[in-house]
Formats: sequence, C-alpha cells, structure tokens
Amino acid sequence: MPAEYPLRFGDNALVLAQRLCAWVGHAPVMEEDVALANVALDLFGQARLWLSYAGELEARGRDEDALTFHRDAREFCNVLLVEHENGDFADTTARSYFYDLWASLALGELTRSGDERIAAIAQKALKEVRYHLRRSQDWLIRLGDGTPESHARMQRAADGLWRFTGELFIGDRLDDEMAANGTGFAPERLRDPWLERVHEAFSAATLTVPAGTWTQRGGKQGVHTEALGYMLAEMQVLPRAMPEARW
Amino acid sequence: MSDGIEGRPEPDDARQQCFESRLDRALKIEPPDWMPDAYRKTLTRQISQHAHSEIVGMLPEGNWITRAPSLHRKLILLAKVQDEAGHGLYLYSAAESLGTPRDELVAALHAGKAKYSSIFNYPTLTWADVGAIGWLVDGAAIINQIPITRCSYGPYARAMVRICKEESFHQRQGFDIMWTLAHGTPPQRAMAQDALDRWWWPSVMMFGPPDAASVHNEQSLRWKIKLFTNDELRQKFIDQTVPQAERLRLTIPDPQLRWNEETQHYEIGPVDWDEFYRVVGGDGPCNRERLSARVDAWNDGAWVRDAAAEHARKRAGSEAA
Ligand SMILES: [Fe+2]
Ligand SMILES: [Fe+2]
Repeated sequence: MPAEYPLRFGDNALVLAQRLCAWVGHAPVMEEDVALANVALDLFGQARLWLSYAGELEARGRDEDALTFHRDAREFCNVLLVEHENGDFADTTARSYFYDLWASLALGELTRSGDERIAAIAQKALKEVRYHLRRSQDWLIRLGDGTPESHARMQRAADGLWRFTGELFIGDRLDDEMAANGTGFAPERLRDPWLERVHEAFSAATLTVPAGTWTQRGGKQGVHTEALGYMLAEMQVLPRAMPEARW
Repeated sequence: MSDGIEGRPEPDDARQQCFESRLDRALKIEPPDWMPDAYRKTLTRQISQHAHSEIVGMLPEGNWITRAPSLHRKLILLAKVQDEAGHGLYLYSAAESLGTPRDELVAALHAGKAKYSSIFNYPTLTWADVGAIGWLVDGAAIINQIPITRCSYGPYARAMVRICKEESFHQRQGFDIMWTLAHGTPPQRAMAQDALDRWWWPSVMMFGPPDAASVHNEQSLRWKIKLFTNDELRQKFIDQTVPQAERLRLTIPDPQLRWNEETQHYEIGPVDWDEFYRVVGGDGPCNRERLSARVDAWNDGAWVRDAAAEHARKRAGSEAA
C-alpha cells in the first residue's frame, strides 16, 4: 500500500489543526478557546496516527515528526481547503464545516477499509469528527441566522471558500486504485450526500448555497496555495534550524 | 461590586459575629452567607485577578503552540494552554458567586483597572521559555495556590483543588522540557540557561512585595484568604527550586545565592523591587501587547457574541410561539 494514501488524511488533519490552534488565546469567547483547542488536539492526534502509519509504509525511517517538520510544501498532500488562513470567525467556521462534513463521510467509508490499520484509525477519528461537525454546523447556523452582520460575514465566508470544496470530490489515480482494491473509496461518491447536507444546513442557517462551479485543485498532488509555505515556515522553524537536536 | 445580596436584616454585629465564628472554626463561607463588604470586595479583587492571570497567561506560551518542535510537545503545550483557559473560567465563576458578572470583571481588565500576574508581561523569546514557564511560573503558582485550597471562601477553595492538580502536571512538563534541553546539544543547553537567566527574578517576584511593604497581607491573613505571607511562600519556592536547578546543572543568576546551614534555607541576593513596581505599573516589556491582544480578541469577537445572543433569542421566540 502506498504511504501517500494515509499521508493525505494525515496532512488534512495536521494542517487544519495547525490553523485552528492559532486561535487559542484569541477566540471570540473564552469557551471557544477551550473548544477550538479541543478540536485541534483531536486533529493533531489523528495526524499522528496517519503519519506514523505512512512512515512505516514508506520504510525510509521517517516518523511522525520527520514527516511533519522535514517536508517541503510540495510534498504535502492535504486538500487546499484546510490550508486556508483563519480569517475571521466566519471564515474559520466555514472551513471547518465544509471539512468536518466531508471528513465524517470519508472516514465513514474508511471504517470499512480492507486495510485493518486504516479502518481502526478511521473508527477512532470518526467519533471525534462527528463531534467537530456538530460544533461547526451549530456555529454555521448561529452565525447565518444571527444578526444581519453575522449573516453577511457567514455568507461571504462560505462564498469565498466554495471554490476549494470541489477538490474534495475529485479522485485521481491513487484514489481509483484504493477504491478498486477495497482499501479506500471513490471521492466522487461523497459529493451528493455532502451537497445534500450542505443544503439542509444552509437552509437552517438562512444562507444561500454558493453557485460557483469552478474548482481550484492541486493539493493532493502537492501544488498548494501560497498560504501553505508561510504556515510551514512557522511550524517547522525549530527542527529545521537545529536538525541534530532532540526535543 | 453589588451590594444588597446580604440576607435578611439582622443586627450587623450579630452577623459579623457569626461570620467571625465560622472563620475561627475553619468553616467555609458560602455565597449565600452574610459576609462583610470588605471581605467580598477583597475576594472579588483577588479571585478576578487570579482569573485574569490565567487568561492573560495563555498568551506568552500560546506564542509557541504553532512553533512547538515536535507533535508530542505541541499536544502537551496546547493542552496546557487549554487548561489555563479552563482555570480562568472556573475562577470567573467563583468570582461571579460574589455578585459581579464575568463581563464586568473582564471589562475592568480591558480598561486597565484590574491587575493580573506581572510575570506574563515578560516575552517568550525561545522554546526554552516554554519550559522555564512551566517549571518556574507554574511551580510558583502551585506554591501560591495550594494554601488557597484551604481558604475561607468555599467556591474559591474548591476551584483551587482542581486547578492545583493540573498545575502540578504543567510544572512537571515544564521541568521535562528543561531537562531535555539541558541534556541536549550545546545550543539547546544555552537556550535553557538563557531562559533561566531571564525568568528567575520575575518568578521570585511573583509572590509579591516583601511582607514589610505589602498592603493587604494582615487583613487577608485574618480572613483566611491568605494563609502564608509573601515572604514565606517565596522562601518555599526558592528552597524547592534551587536543588532542581542543580539537577539540571543550570546556574541560578544570583551570585549571592547561598545555603544557610543554621536556618536550613537558601538565601538570595537583593531583589530589584523597582523593576517589580515598574512592571506592575504598566511599564514591562509586554504589558501593552498582552492587554491589547485580549482587547482585540474581545472586540473582534463582539459580532460573534451578538450573533449567538440574537440566535438564542430567535430560538426562544420560535419555541414560545
Ligand atoms: Fe492555571
Ligand atoms: Fe498552569
């Protein structure tokens, strides 16, 4: 099994967690400092499981930290959606909601993986992500159906990130291969259930589902947005500056 | 500060006597009990300062969450900073039980009218500072807080029991970072020593001014809000920490530090209290940054809080209909 397959799920969790943890200490209410930290802790935990497995499969002696701190942006294979900057709380909510909903469907598929390790990681992660989804959907609805200002901000955030959601449903050769041998799933299959849930939540939030159909893609192939490089520069600075040190 | 929470009218001296006798019998004072205004006021100030310290205290270490050098360390640091937010929340609710709402307490912080622990006005410049804060600052906090688990006000004492457990975990984690750095490469060792050099004296000052100069000591001791004096607690910290620094083979930046065989205590050189008063007064290296980070979070989050309130109102309305 190619290491890149679990690495994709690990990178999604890692990059989103790295974004979310930057909120801690700066959230709109103190209870959200605690909640955002919780979600980030779960996602970092998931990333460690995926990356460790990827490192073992790759068999080049790279552990979770080597994969986190000593890869360049071109080697990261997360979807573009999760690397998007935090923006305001509506941007963060839209990013989390779109991702959490997709991840809950994707992990649901992976719990049936023929690869036991993948199935086990997915099982554990799915419980956490379902809870994350409840939170992000709840905020989507509260902000959408809150004040005129929050409604406008939530709509703008959803519109702004919409073009990064299509990538979640575009398979490549690795996806096809993994779907064919019973390890993974075809991303295209998740599109309809995802859209259906988005329509329900947006209607409860009095928001309009964005209409654009153009999709920006490339994350899974390592062609990212400019934002990722800055994020990695910050995240990786110490292990890169002192490669011989242990922490 | 709200008045008028007091119970039924009773002669003041009878209520006062009942209050005093609870103190004498080491019984807890609980929110519905009558208490002197000055006791309520002092406690509200102390607990809310403590809550502010937890919340502002998230910032210096929070700086390093995105830059922690391994996933293991990152998770521990993130969980630690999250604990501090939790501590802030319990403490605000303990303070609220005395009659002042959280928003009002937070507004006083943002207006620069309320204090928080001055230690958080120092910058975290390297990863070793995260270790030094855990080891020294959480270490000092535990020494300050363990006696408060026995303080006279029930909600404060109970909050402190839970908090102290977590603080001792923080302290061990901080020491573990220092240990790893002290046993690491020469630049890592230098980083650890540099952090100790910068955090030692501010940590010694965390216990507040010397007893001779302390304004609140005596009354607070009488009320069992404070059980030891600043100098007693400071000595405990020094006696505990010096041997730990020796185990790390790091040097405490005090050439006059010495063991006194007679008293069985360490003695330290003179503390620069001018620096302490200057930082408390607002002129520390990060006072402005810390406060403005909190004010910005509050202001930037206003529309979110308004939306949540408005949404809840709509929900309640549609349920009532
Ligand atoms: Fe704390
Ligand atoms: Fe702590």
